[in-house]
Amino acid sequence: MGSQGGFGQSKEFLDLIKSIGEARSKAEEDRIVLHEIETLKRRITEPDIPKRKMKEYIIRLVYIEMLGHDAAFGYIHAVKMTHDDSLLLKRTGYLAVTLFLNEDHDLIILIVNTIQKDLKSDNFLVVCAALNAVCRLINEETIPAVLPQVVELLGHSKEAVRKKAVMALHRFHQRSPSSVSHLVSNFRKRLCDNDPGVMGATLCPLFDLVSVDVSTYKDLVVSFVSILKQVAERRLPKAYDYHQMPAPFIQIKLLKILALLGNGDKQASGQMYTVVGDIMRKSDTTSNIGNAILYECICCVASIFPNTKLLEAAADAISKFLKSDSHNLKYMGIDALGRLIKISPDIAEQHQLAVIDCLEDPDDTLKRKTFELLYKMTKSSNVEVIVDRMIEYMININDNHYKTDIASRCVELAEQFAPSNHWFIQTMNKVFEHAGDLVNIKVAHNLMRLIAEGFGEDDDTADSQLRSSAVDSYLRIVGEPKLPSAFLQVICWVLGEYGTADGKYSASYITGKLCDVAEAHSSDDTVKAYAVTALMKIYSFEIAAGRQVDVLPECQSLIEDLSASSSTDLQQRAYELQAVIRLDAQALENILPLDASCEDIEVDKGLSFLNSYVQQSLENGAQPYIPESARSGVLNISNLRSHDQHETSGHALRFEAYELPKPAMPTITPASILPSTELVPVPEPSYMREIHQTPAVPSSSHSGSAELKLRLDGVQKKWGKPTYSSPVQSTSNSDSQKTNNGAAQPEASGSIKQKARDVSHDVKRQEVEVPSEKQRLAASLFGGAFKSEKRQPAAGNRGAPKANNNSTENSHITKGATSSEPTTVKTTPTQPPPDLLDFGESTVTSSAPSMDPFMQLEGLVDVTQDGSAVNSGSVASKASDFMSLYGEMSGSVPSNLVDPLSTDSIVVNTSSDLLNASNNFDHGASVVAQPPQSTNKGPNLKDALQKDALVRQMGVTPTNQNPNLFRDLLG
Amino acid sequence: MIHFLLLISRQGKVRLTKWYSPYAQKERTKVVRELSGMILSRGPKLCNFVEWRGYKVVYKRYASLYFCMCVNQDDNELEILEIIHHFVEILDLYFGSVCELDLIFNFHKAYYILDEILMAGELQESSKKTVERLIDAQDALVEAAKEQANSVSYMISQATK
Repeated sequence: MGSQGGFGQSKEFLDLIKSIGEARSKAEEDRIVLHEIETLKRRITEPDIPKRKMKEYIIRLVYIEMLGHDAAFGYIHAVKMTHDDSLLLKRTGYLAVTLFLNEDHDLIILIVNTIQKDLKSDNFLVVCAALNAVCRLINEETIPAVLPQVVELLGHSKEAVRKKAVMALHRFHQRSPSSVSHLVSNFRKRLCDNDPGVMGATLCPLFDLVSVDVSTYKDLVVSFVSILKQVAERRLPKAYDYHQMPAPFIQIKLLKILALLGNGDKQASGQMYTVVGDIMRKSDTTSNIGNAILYECICCVASIFPNTKLLEAAADAISKFLKSDSHNLKYMGIDALGRLIKISPDIAEQHQLAVIDCLEDPDDTLKRKTFELLYKMTKSSNVEVIVDRMIEYMININDNHYKTDIASRCVELAEQFAPSNHWFIQTMNKVFEHAGDLVNIKVAHNLMRLIAEGFGEDDDTADSQLRSSAVDSYLRIVGEPKLPSAFLQVICWVLGEYGTADGKYSASYITGKLCDVAEAHSSDDTVKAYAVTALMKIYSFEIAAGRQVDVLPECQSLIEDLSASSSTDLQQRAYELQAVIRLDAQALENILPLDASCEDIEVDKGLSFLNSYVQQSLENGAQPYIPESARSGVLNISNLRSHDQHETSGHALRFEAYELPKPAMPTITPASILPSTELVPVPEPSYMREIHQTPAVPSSSHSGSAELKLRLDGVQKKWGKPTYSSPVQSTSNSDSQKTNNGAAQPEASGSIKQKARDVSHDVKRQEVEVPSEKQRLAASLFGGAFKSEKRQPAAGNRGAPKANNNSTENSHITKGATSSEPTTVKTTPTQPPPDLLDFGESTVTSSAPSMDPFMQLEGLVDVTQDGSAVNSGSVASKASDFMSLYGEMSGSVPSNLVDPLSTDSIVVNTSSDLLNASNNFDHGASVVAQPPQSTNKGPNLKDALQKDALVRQMGVTPTNQNPNLFRDLLG
Repeated sequence: MIHFLLLISRQGKVRLTKWYSPYAQKERTKVVRELSGMILSRGPKLCNFVEWRGYKVVYKRYASLYFCMCVNQDDNELEILEIIHHFVEILDLYFGSVCELDLIFNFHKAYYILDEILMAGELQESSKKTVERLIDAQDALVEAAKEQANSVSYMISQATK
C-alpha cells in the first residue's frame, strides 16, 4: 500500500484545514468555517463545475459537517454525485451521503434508485459501495426496494460482497425484523461459507436472532462448537490471526452466542464444556486480546448450565483480573464477579479486599462498576452500608444520568431490604434531598403510598411509628432551602395526612409550616397545590374532631392570594378550602375521613344514579343521547381516517405492488417522468439528464423501469406544491392519485413510527435490565451460606476504610472540579500554545525556542545551543520536559556525524524515541506500549522523511508545539 | 453494537467522527463536547472505559490522538479496545507509520478504510490482509479512473461500467 504521497487536494482546501488548525479559539474556528460555508454555497451552485472540483467541494462539506456545522445546503449535490458513472465520484458521493444523512432523511428516496442500479453492477467495488450505503440509509419503508437484490448478492462470487450483503441483511433485521424474517435460513447457509470473513460476519445477525429466540437455534450448537474448536485450533488462515491469537474476534462472537444457547440448557451446555475449557486453559493472559477472550469465556461459563470445573477456572481468572495492576482488568474482574456471583455466591468472599480497593479507587469508572457489583450483592444484612455508600457517592457527583441511576437503585434497595422504618425514612429523605428532581415521580408516589399503607404487616403501631417518624423528620427538613419539588410534594402530603395524627404537633404549627412551604416556593404550582390541599385536610380533621379552628393570618392571606391565582387548579383548591372550612363536623367526616387515603373509592362508571334524571328530561322532550359512533358527521371522519391509514400502510409496500402493472404502461413511463422530474426542486440540467438515463436503459426489458418511474412519482408528490399535482393526474391513472394521497402521510407516519420505535426500544431496554438485575439480586439474597460472610466486607467498609475514604472522596472532588465540562470547554479558546495543528511558526515567537527536528538534522552542532536556550526560556512544563530530553541527547549525537545519511536516521530515531519518552514522562505509563524498536523503524524512515518534507512544503512546520502531529500513532 | 466512533486530539479537536446510530447534528456536537471533556481529563493510569448515558465509551490514546468508541452496556470492552487497535494497525499499514497529520489531511481515506472494517456498527472484517486487498483494489480503480478522466473524459462512463 505505502504512503499515498501528496494529499491530493487543492491548495485552497489544505489552507482551510491549516487555518482551522491554527484557530486560537472556538469562535475563530467557527468564523472560518462559516466563511467556508459561504464560499461553498456560492461555488457549488455555479454552472458547469468540473466533476473533480465538485468532488473536492463534497469532501469539504464532509469536513465542515465533521466539525459540527450544518452542511445541509450541499446534501443534494452529494446525492447527485452518487448518480455519477465514475466509481471515483460515486464512491465520494456514497461516502458523503452515508455521513450526512440519517435513514429518515427526505433525500434518501432519491438515492434508492441509484443503489438499486449499483447493486446490479458488474464491478464488485461499485456493489460494495452501494452495500455500505444500504447499511446506513435504507429504512424500514425502503427495505422492500432493495431486499431482493441484497439477497441475491448473498451468492455473489466475491466474498467481500457476500460479507457486506450479510451485514446489510443484519441491519435490515435490526430495523424491522418482520421484513427479513422469511430470509433467516440464508444466515444459516452463510455460516458454512468458504470464506472465514463471511462466516464471521454471519455471526452478527445470528447473535441477534439467537438472543431473540433461543429455542429455534438449538440445533446449531453443534456447528458453533465445532467452528469454535476449529478456530481455537488455528484451522483458519493465518491472515485472521491477531497478535498471535487465532481469529479472536470470531472466537468472542461465538462464545457470546454459545452463552445464549447454553443458558439454562443442561444438554446444550454439556456440548460446550470441553471447548470452553480448552480455550480458557490455552488463553494468553499477557495480551489484551487474550484477556478479552478469557473474559468472554467467564461470561459464557456464568451463563450456561453450571459446571464445577469451569466455574473454578472462571474464579481463578477473575482473581487474576482483580489482582492485576491494570485498571482495565480490575474493571473486567469486577464485572465478571458480578456475573458469577449469582451462581456461586461465595466467590466474592475471597475477593473482599480487592472489591473494597476498587470501591476506594479514585477512578470513577471502576467505582461505579463496583457499586453495580455491590448492588447485586445487597441483602438485608448489608443494605445499610451499601446504600449509605451509594448515597454518599451520589451526593458528590454531577453526572445527572448516573445520579438518577444510582438514586433509583438506592430507592429500590431501601424499599426491598430496609431494616427499620426509621432508617428507611432517613434514606429516602437523603435520596430526595439530593436527587429529588432526577428520580422518577413514581418513586415519590410510591413513598407516599408506603407511608400510608405501612409495611403490609398487620401491625398498626409500627405503621403509626413510621408515620410519626416521617412527620418528625419532615418538619426538621422542611425549612431547608432548595429542596426538590418532588420531595416537597411528599412532605406536604405526609404533613397533611399525618401531621396532627399522633397529637404531638398542634394544627397551627403544622399549618404554619405548610404556609411557609407555599410561600417559599411560590413559583412551583404543584407544590402550592399540595400545600393547600394539606391545609384543607388539617382544618377538616380539626373540625371533624370538634376542635375550634383558627386560621392563621398568613394562611388566610395565602388562601386569598391563591383564589386569585392564574392557575385555575390553585384557584379551585383555594375556593374548595374556603368552602370546606365552613362545613359542619358531620359533613367533613364524610368528605375527608381521617387516614383513609388507602380506602378504595367506588366509582359508578355507568352513571346509573342519573337514570331517573335522564328519564325525566326525555319525558320533558329532550333529545336522546346518540353515541359517538352512531353520529353521522363523525362517521365520515373516522371512516376517512381508517382509509388514510390504509393508504399509509399501502405506501410502505408499494415497492412491490407497483411492479405488476408494468407491461400495460411502458409508453406512459417517459411521459410521466418528464413532468415529474421537473418538479424535483433541482434546477441543474445535468441532474435531469442523469435521471433520464437510468430509465432509458432498462425500460424496454427490465422490471426496474416500472419501479423507477413510480418512485419518482412519489418523490415529486412528496415535495411538489399542491398545484403540481394536476398535470400528473392527467397523465397517470387513479393509482398514482392514490399515492398522492398517501405521499404526505408516510413522512409524518414515518417519523412517528421512528419515534415510537425509539421509545419502544428504550422501554424494552429497561424491561430487559430490571428483571435480570432482580434475578441476580434474588440469587444473592438466597445464597444462605453467603449471608454471614458478606457482613465482613460490610463491617470493613464501616471501619478502617472510612478514614481513607474521605481523602479519596476529596481528591475525587477536586479532580472533578478541575476536569469537568466547563473548564475543558474553556481550554479550547483560552489555551493558545499547545495546539496540535499549530502550523504557524510565527506564533511560537520569542518565549519558546522552536524545536524543529529538521533544524537538528541540518545542524547538529546547534543542539547544545538549543539546549541552553531551553534552560533560559520559560516555557510550559511539558515543552521543557520535552526539550530537556533533547538537551540530554546533545551529548550522544555528535559521535554519529560521520555519515550524513546514517545520522539522519539515527537522529530521527532518537528524536522520535525521545518524543515517546517525553510522552511517557508526562503521562506515566502511556497507553501505547512502546518497546525500543529503532530497528523496526528503518524501512518507514524514508516515508516519514518524505512526509515531513511534503508537509513542510505546505507550510506545516514541526515546532515544539505540534511534535505529536508527526508522531507515529503506533509507536 | 458500536454507536459511534470519535477521533479527538488532546486539545479536543475533532479529527474523525462516524455515527452508526442516528444522531442529529446538534446532538452530535453535544456528544463530542461532553465526551471530550470527560475523556481528555482522565488520568493515564485509569481504565480506558467511561460510562456515559447508559452506554459505555471505550477509548484509547495513540500519540496525541484519542480513539473513542461508544458501545452497549453488555459489550466486551477489551474486545472493543482491540477493534480500535485493529483499525489503527490497518491505518498504519496503509499510510506507512501513520501519524495524526495523515488523518487530518486524508480523513476521507480513513473513512474508506473504516468502511471496510466496521459496518452497521459491527466488526465486519478481522483480517488485515482482506481489508488491505479491498482498499488496494479501490485505489487502483480510482487511479485508473483518474487517468482516464485526464485523457478522454467522455469515455469514463463506458470504461467503468
